[in-house]
Amino acid sequence: MSKQSELIAEISGVNPLKCMKCGKCSASCPSFNEMDIKPHQFVSYIQRDDIEALTASKSLYKCLSCFACVERCPRGVKPGKLIDAARQLVLRQRGQEYLSPDEVPALLDEETPQQLLMSAFRKYRR
Amino acid sequence: MQKIGVFVCHCGSNIAATVDVKKVAKMALKEPGVCHAEDYPYMCSEAGQSRIAAAIAEKGLTGIVVCSCSPRMHEATFRKAAERCGLNPYMVEIANLREHCSWIHKDMEEATEKAVILMRAAVAKVHLNTPLQAGESAVTKRALVIGGGIAGIQTAIDIADAGYKVDIVEKTPSIGGRMSQLDKTFPTLDCSACILTPKMVEAAAHENITIHTYSEVEKVSGFVGNFTVDIRKKARMVDMTKCTGCGVCQEKCPSRKTANEFNRGLNTRSAIYTPFAQAIPNVPVIDTESCIKFKTGKCGVCAAVCQAGAIDYKQQDEIITETYGAIVVATGFDTIKLDKYGEYAYGQSKDVITSLELERIMNAAGPTKGHLERLSDGKAPKEIVFIQCVGSRCSDDRGKPYCSKICCMYTAKHAMLIRDKYPDVNVTVFYIDVRTPGKNFDEFYRRAVEDYGVNYVKGQVGKVAPQPDGSLLVQGVDLLDNKQILKKADMVVLATAIEPNPDARKIATMLTASIDTNNFLTEAHPKLRPVESPTAGVFLSGVCQGPKDIPETVAQAGAAAVKVIGLLAKDKLKTNPCTAQADELLCNGCSTCANVCPYGAITYEVRLVNDHGIREERRVASVNSALCQGCGACTVACPSGAMDLQGFSNRQIIAEVDAICR
Repeated sequence: MSKQSELIAEISGVNPLKCMKCGKCSASCPSFNEMDIKPHQFVSYIQRDDIEALTASKSLYKCLSCFACVERCPRGVKPGKLIDAARQLVLRQRGQEYLSPDEVPALLDEETPQQLLMSAFRKYRR
Repeated sequence: MQKIGVFVCHCGSNIAATVDVKKVAKMALKEPGVCHAEDYPYMCSEAGQSRIAAAIAEKGLTGIVVCSCSPRMHEATFRKAAERCGLNPYMVEIANLREHCSWIHKDMEEATEKAVILMRAAVAKVHLNTPLQAGESAVTKRALVIGGGIAGIQTAIDIADAGYKVDIVEKTPSIGGRMSQLDKTFPTLDCSACILTPKMVEAAAHENITIHTYSEVEKVSGFVGNFTVDIRKKARMVDMTKCTGCGVCQEKCPSRKTANEFNRGLNTRSAIYTPFAQAIPNVPVIDTESCIKFKTGKCGVCAAVCQAGAIDYKQQDEIITETYGAIVVATGFDTIKLDKYGEYAYGQSKDVITSLELERIMNAAGPTKGHLERLSDGKAPKEIVFIQCVGSRCSDDRGKPYCSKICCMYTAKHAMLIRDKYPDVNVTVFYIDVRTPGKNFDEFYRRAVEDYGVNYVKGQVGKVAPQPDGSLLVQGVDLLDNKQILKKADMVVLATAIEPNPDARKIATMLTASIDTNNFLTEAHPKLRPVESPTAGVFLSGVCQGPKDIPETVAQAGAAAVKVIGLLAKDKLKTNPCTAQADELLCNGCSTCANVCPYGAITYEVRLVNDHGIREERRVASVNSALCQGCGACTVACPSGAMDLQGFSNRQIIAEVDAICR
């Protein structure tokens, strides 16, 4: 496994080998039609170390972070977390500023999962 | 001083590839008392055993250590070999060089060092071994079968046909189990009731079979050959000797709002009821929680209309106690609850149903009299979606990690039957894998596709959304096409995972039979003893041991029966002499051992004790060796060291530990 694949595994806390290719993630995904690499394919890219293609994919920015795939995956593979980790890889490389911490309190409300907020300010840089 | 022979087995390459067997044999000769040591490729073979016999004869060995596989595998083999040469079988010890050493290590040097230590511990133990004599216990020639489904019925019939008495204890008011709820059976599509009811009748009419329905096992004590079982016969409120089964009481019963369990709650039943028309016995029970008479005191219609005078509102539960030589567990399964699967809208829409519910809908005696219709509006569906693996193969806490095994086949069956009877209905099956191993099984599935035009889609369904117009919007994926699918359906059928009967754990605990994390009962050996529990005298039949279909269940039921017959055919059983003994001089009468004993084998008695010339009456522990199973719990619990296990004495264990630490 390349260093980048390892990083994705570490950031996401997901073991891609647990995937049984049932497709429940892609069946659940509201952004499926917008994505070039589909949620059920994320694990394959990581398994064959094709991180470059994954990080170049527009799927990174089409994922709505709704976490339906994370919630419903029967094997705990959580494709949404994998793509979130891939997104972080890209953002870390660029070393750019995203949401300022000062803006976070205004975005908080009790209904929003914290994870969604985190994803949001990883995804939408200023 | 013992004269000990050490025999080191290569087990082909199983041991020899990782352990230097020659060195183990050489090191053995350095141990005190060891006057013979050798290694051989297969010690368990005829040739290997005759080498042991030759060494016993030549060197006059008094103790033997075999360094080989687990004692669970071949301890009996080597004990018998020793016995044939006139050596007490309990003078044989096994050092487990395979499971405990070679199979779990890679480095030869380290593994060899450990092997030598294991050999040394066994030698140290043999020095303190004493010849033990196995006792005998009688066998009660009667078997108990817990569960009256097809597994229990078949096991009971096979045992009864061999001439032994069998009792079936069934929790519900009738025998028949899950199979009685099925409409057709794969792969031949016979009507389930048509092939089951003759078996039910055969069991009921058999002179050697006694059926206790509406009854539960309450308490089990004793051991193989001599179990004592308390059975609670729940009050039926109907006198079985008087009832003629005319059914008038059920027709006239004014309480009709209770969910009908037999039809999976899809319709309602009366408070006095038989679960289904072919029920055995054909005697109703009163569900006292629904019965108006029991709730308000004002009704009594059933008693008034019963010409036979069979209704008895004063009936009480009855506990009967029976003794058995063997017990068969055949407690079966249920489908899992789907409350954690909100995405499938089960419970939100009446038209999302489980496969077992569809089975009732397709059945002529079911809630729709066999007409395929939507439960919400009674309309005929035009588009049906089947979803496979609902709750199966899930590693999360929503479902079960195992494959439920029967779903692929029954889904193909349902799809085929629907397409056959209603050719204008489109049927789509979403699947992860289609698993159809079994005689004529894959052919059956292919027939559904090729001859009946069932649309199989490789992929799962993400969600089922009930629409305002009453239809169901199914969002799934076709992985082979790499396309998401949105499909409007009239009915969605969920191939729901199966799980062991919720009572399985309770029953297993009563029987001290082991059970796995999924509540399936564990077999004594996964390959070689698949129908026996590790607890002697307890046997397994049907889905209580693991998911299986009807042909497999019937085969296993027969196998369990053969094992029971083999046990009941014996007049005496040899008992394990490795039982606990209490030293009356050390015992302080604290009762700790009696409290921890899982077999109730320890009692206390006041006895005259001669303690180094001082004669006095003391309260001391006494072990019933017929009940003791040699588990050793008491020896660990005893604070004064008065409890000792023959064959595994405290001194022997300490000697082994000393040898390991030397």
